[in-house]
Amino acid sequence: MIMRLLSLYLIGLMFGIGISISGMANPAKVLNFFDIMGAWDPSLIFVMGAGLLVTVIGYRLVLAQDAPRYGDRFRLPTKRDIDPRLIAGSALFGIGWGIAGFCPGGAVPALGTGRAGVFIFIVSLICGIFITKRILHNQTAP
Amino acid sequence: METEFTPLLSAIGGCLIGLSAVALMYFHGRIFGATGILAGLLAPSSAQDFSWRVAVVAGMISGPIAVALVTGSLPDVDIPVSSNMLVLGGLIVGIGVTLGSGCTSGHGICGLARFSPRSLHATITFMIFTFISVYSVRHILGL
Repeated sequence: MIMRLLSLYLIGLMFGIGISISGMANPAKVLNFFDIMGAWDPSLIFVMGAGLLVTVIGYRLVLAQDAPRYGDRFRLPTKRDIDPRLIAGSALFGIGWGIAGFCPGGAVPALGTGRAGVFIFIVSLICGIFITKRILHNQTAP
Repeated sequence: METEFTPLLSAIGGCLIGLSAVALMYFHGRIFGATGILAGLLAPSSAQDFSWRVAVVAGMISGPIAVALVTGSLPDVDIPVSSNMLVLGGLIVGIGVTLGSGCTSGHGICGLARFSPRSLHATITFMIFTFISVYSVRHILGL
């Protein structure tokens, strides 16, 4: 139990350190990556490239195993369809990311810096997730 | 506002992000999606479901503090937008990632690494719309 939680904490910590030194927690840097016609900073392509390379190789090795170290099976997403909800949701995410400069994976570690703006974004993000989940839940309920 | 081009630091950071995604799959059989981990905290299905998410989020938040302990200063978080834009952006991101079942980490790293067609469509879509959004805010609205 303790080892399981400790390993989860350390995995989160590694992610948080990676986000911190990569620049993904820094909205100025993130927004400049997308501002090709302005103060362009291509750094984030290196985050994505290196992250993807490591994960492609790592997943290939890990998913060849029968089961994870702590657990009975790998929990992989089962949805396969490319539907309007996926595309509309991703488009909205992009619009919001471009307005605020934070994505969820960048903002959660940024909380550790104690900057007030991060808390404003996170509270708003959680409201957005909560409201949308409620609406989706009510739609599917009889 | 100009930012410094940091290819080496960004690539090292990217490697650590990738390693954490691989480690979460190896040890716990889960996708490292910030959206999914955060959203599950709001409505956990069991005490165990709650505890693993809290442990990962606590680790994530400790990241900048660990960096500060080693380097002596917290990583840069420069926010070049108003509080209103943080509120608006946060709300739209929250709606978008819930409808689209993921964000940069879940679709952009983990999903693409599994060669998931859904994640490829999601990633291309949000990259295009983030570009349009930044262009509109900075060069059309001039904010």
